[in-house]
Amino acid sequence: MSNDLRTHIIETLEKGARLDGRKADEYRNVEVTYSVTKNAEGSAKVVIGDTEVIVGVKLAIETPYPDTPDNGNLMVNAELLPLSSPNFDPGPPSIQAIEIARVVDRGIRESKAIDTKKLCIKKAEKVWSVMIDIISINDDGNLFDAASLATIAALKDTKFPKVSKDHEIDYKTKTKDSLPLSKEPIEVTVWKVGDHLIVDPTPDEEKGSDGRLTTASLSDKELCAMQKGGDFPLTSDEIGKMVDLATKKAQDLRSKLS
Amino acid sequence: MSELKIKNKDVVVPGEILATGMEFLPSYGTYREGDKIQANRLGLVQLEGKVLKIIPLSGTYIPKRGDTVIAQVEEILMSGWRADLNCAYSAVLGLKDATSEFIQKGADLTHYFQIGDYIVTKIVNVTTQNLIDISMKGPGLKRIRGGRIIKVDPYKVPRIIGKQGSMVSMIKTSTDCRVMVGQNGVAWIQGEPKSEIIAEEAIRKIESESHIAGLTDRMKKYLEDKTGKKIEDREPRSDTNAV
Repeated sequence: MSNDLRTHIIETLEKGARLDGRKADEYRNVEVTYSVTKNAEGSAKVVIGDTEVIVGVKLAIETPYPDTPDNGNLMVNAELLPLSSPNFDPGPPSIQAIEIARVVDRGIRESKAIDTKKLCIKKAEKVWSVMIDIISINDDGNLFDAASLATIAALKDTKFPKVSKDHEIDYKTKTKDSLPLSKEPIEVTVWKVGDHLIVDPTPDEEKGSDGRLTTASLSDKELCAMQKGGDFPLTSDEIGKMVDLATKKAQDLRSKLS
Repeated sequence: MSELKIKNKDVVVPGEILATGMEFLPSYGTYREGDKIQANRLGLVQLEGKVLKIIPLSGTYIPKRGDTVIAQVEEILMSGWRADLNCAYSAVLGLKDATSEFIQKGADLTHYFQIGDYIVTKIVNVTTQNLIDISMKGPGLKRIRGGRIIKVDPYKVPRIIGKQGSMVSMIKTSTDCRVMVGQNGVAWIQGEPKSEIIAEEAIRKIESESHIAGLTDRMKKYLEDKTGKKIEDREPRSDTNAV
């Protein structure tokens, strides 16, 4: 990141604009497409500007964890494909991929969006396991928000497969039962560039930022998860502003889900 | 007996036979195979007398001596800097070509150019091994401060600059931005946030519509619509905009 570009981004923000002409709190065009893959139980694609993320949900019957014998399992995995950005390499998941998966996971888990008790088939023996796979198709900034929105959309899209009496799954036939999804936590990441707070950054703005705060919130503006990133600390005043902005923007994103 | 197999300004593909016989001469983008002249690039054929050459439709930058380019410093060497020219081979800027100042032995070279800096520079030599030497000695060669860098197709650069810089000076005067376009397809824009965006969009428009006739008139109308300012017809200045 050239220091000049960072200075230029901040100077432009001081004049009330961004390099691509947006306002500081303005998203690019957001599009949600449901059922993009045939083999997953639920899937969705989210496009924010040129950023593109696909999420697939697979369901399987597994044994529960010993400490939660009557709860279903939830797993989130993110893969940043090398084709989606020059900064991504093949190989084991990078720190960035792990962070995206964990942040998305936390939003769903802590909001208790999925009633995992309802995923129990037989206590301590058989429960439904929800496996969420996040795949980046193109990274033009803001993978966090795109991944989180696509995950909620994919969960809404998910239908249970047909199960025989001896708990054999027939993945070819889908039933009409949806996941027990009671809430829709939406994550919005607010980035701090200089003294300015912006949403939906481009890769240049991400590289030039000092810090970021991801906030997951529900439709009644209740907060359920947070993640701070970046090298510099945030003041409590800034955190307040970031959370306000994130909850406000989450409502806009939520309207795209219908 | 020599015979031309194509017409002037035809689009040809690599391997296509352009002419037979020894009367025609192969130039850029063509080669002689036996008594035939064949294309080795995808592009428009240009017939200049007996010389056949191909103007590629797109591609990466191939460094050429004398080109003024915008490069990014990527490494500091023992006695100079290595710069990225937006092509496969990097260039070396030696100490003696970097400034007119005397640089003391063991001086801190980041004082002059830092990693990540963009510089307007001139290619002084390209060897057969593709070792490239660049120099900062010459009018208008300097380090760029501020503004934004965009990348364009190097083969569209002549269209973005226009005849004697007419196109780029039209963008400059109508948007009040400072614009420089390097031969390597790296462009620099600096101005007010809104006009910078108009200038960038204008360059993108030229890039995508350069093959359609009447480009200058369309760009004039486009810029007038976007800026709300009338562009006066005037003789293109030849002193600036070389870059």
